[in-house]
Amino acid sequence: MASKLTTSNRAGWAFALPGFGLLTLFIVVPFFFAFFLSLTNQRLISPNPTEFVGLDNYRNLLSISVLTIEPARDDTGAVMRDEDGNPEYPRVRSFTRNNPDYPQYAGMREWFRWHSGDDAKVVVATDVVFWKSLRNTLMFVLVVAPVQGGLALVLALLINQKLRGINIYRAIYFMPVVVSIVVVSLLWRFIYAEDGLLNSILSAFSFGMFEGPDWLGNEDTALGAIKAMSIWQAVGFHMVIWLSGLQTISPTLYEASSVEGASKWQTFRYVTWPGLRNTAVLVLIVITMQAFALFAQIDVMTNGGPLDSTTTVVFQAVERGYGKQDISGGSAISVILFLLVLSISLIQRYLTRER
Amino acid sequence: MAGVSQDNQGLRLITRYVVLTLIAIIFVFPLIFMVMSSLKPDLQLLRDTSSIRAFLPVGDISLSNYTAAFNRAPVATFIFNSVLVTGITVLLSLLFCSLAAFSFVFLNWKGRNLLLSIVLATLIIPFETIAIPLLLLVSQLPWIGLDGLQTGWLNTYRVQIIPWIADGLTIFLFVQFFKDLPRDLIEASRVEGASWIQIYCRVVMPLAGPVVATAAILKFLVMYNQYLWPLIVVQQETYRPVMVGLGYYFQLNPAWGEIMAYLTVITVPVLAFYLVLQRAFIASIASTGVKG
Repeated sequence: MASKLTTSNRAGWAFALPGFGLLTLFIVVPFFFAFFLSLTNQRLISPNPTEFVGLDNYRNLLSISVLTIEPARDDTGAVMRDEDGNPEYPRVRSFTRNNPDYPQYAGMREWFRWHSGDDAKVVVATDVVFWKSLRNTLMFVLVVAPVQGGLALVLALLINQKLRGINIYRAIYFMPVVVSIVVVSLLWRFIYAEDGLLNSILSAFSFGMFEGPDWLGNEDTALGAIKAMSIWQAVGFHMVIWLSGLQTISPTLYEASSVEGASKWQTFRYVTWPGLRNTAVLVLIVITMQAFALFAQIDVMTNGGPLDSTTTVVFQAVERGYGKQDISGGSAISVILFLLVLSISLIQRYLTRER
Repeated sequence: MAGVSQDNQGLRLITRYVVLTLIAIIFVFPLIFMVMSSLKPDLQLLRDTSSIRAFLPVGDISLSNYTAAFNRAPVATFIFNSVLVTGITVLLSLLFCSLAAFSFVFLNWKGRNLLLSIVLATLIIPFETIAIPLLLLVSQLPWIGLDGLQTGWLNTYRVQIIPWIADGLTIFLFVQFFKDLPRDLIEASRVEGASWIQIYCRVVMPLAGPVVATAAILKFLVMYNQYLWPLIVVQQETYRPVMVGLGYYFQLNPAWGEIMAYLTVITVPVLAFYLVLQRAFIASIASTGVKG
């Protein structure tokens, strides 16, 4: 009987519709729109009508191949070598440009190469920059997710002890989270500059022995510098999630383990960590999703450079869809990003399933 | 023996505080550096980075960087825009999302389970993946304004507000909270003849203080710190929010001291807000972690 009181189709829809309608229009519709656009040649401003091009955008993004190049040989059949004794190779261009013998490589460019014996194996792709952005994004995720998650757990354990004034430390560790990533990025540009704060500190601690590089201007250090800053900014966020997980573990379990005379490590291993299983999955998933969305740091700090060493998938999607007004190309990148994120959350479902 | 173990305990306690404090320094030093640098002329700022003076308000201290920053760019307009957009979005979001959650939890109606699953499914769609199609959509949407029917939402306040009102996370937080409220309360009010809107206004929302605070804080952080969306939909200075304004400001090649002044002006109010309400801020993040 009671449920009759609360049955009302009209009121139900009337209350839910404003919010649900906005959600549909601005999240669900654009989401499906992205799939559709990625199959067309839509541009932001174009005189030509939009055409359906099937999977062309994906083909352009993802086409990749390995080209084996034999070293150049002189008339006697001996390998030609340069002054350092390294074999000389014909240019990759000669295979990928107007070469009727290799139509499958047409329009591709070299991404990287390695040598096997005297042959060079060259990885060529139609869209080298996209592959670099994919690699950079994955490298970012692979480093940031475990390191940030781990550090956040250490911080959570540290501030989960009973000490006078512990709340002050908790508040301080969380502070960078409320500061905009744009502000943080600009601030760290100054810290990372060649004559900036970080190098000054390093130089002071090494008594002038260590001369730091221009962290963001250097291909080898730029992405690492951005990783470190990103971890610093958001680690407090995940610390709080770990902390809320720690607080769900029953104190009687700790009492029992202390009665049994367990060491600190044993207590962590057999009481704390099993109690944190779902929190661990959640933290890793949230960090991973945030890491895949890496954009503001790149836009503010490096613009993808130097030499595409910090470009990311989202940066590429925005760069094309908005910067170059290639809406369909940008949408195809967005769809690939979504599939990556979706597979991560399916893994989460699997890991936290009821057993 | 007792004395030794007490000494040990004292030593341990000190070690703990030292460790905690060293970590704390790592988290605050860039922010202190920012505020201190904003008070210094550029030459001194650069000289000071090589010593502890970088973190101290010493030397030729003044607010001249602030006046210079405000003169170089319409910083006040940017701040006004951000406050306006953030304020309106947070208020409308609380209203629309709580109404929807109220309907999902307390009312029985056909289709509610389907709609609720759609809402929860949107939680895994990263905004970055829909930004570009959304841009195309809003550039074509109609709007009835003071001067009649217009097409296109670019370069307006509405384009910064309306797409952000409803979001899965806010609805989800309200749903979780409402589920724990006693249903007898709602049914008793129905029996007494209260309308649904009365129950929403007089029974449910007055109890919803904690979740309102949580949702408001999370939405505030998202909205005030917005970057990607306003970057692509707002080209006119008049409508630009602070974070995008900052990007353009940086391209004007101002002195570092001025940049630090800009950063301080847009950050310190948020930090002050946070320090006053830090328990609520931290609780709001913690409550996003209790899902599942």
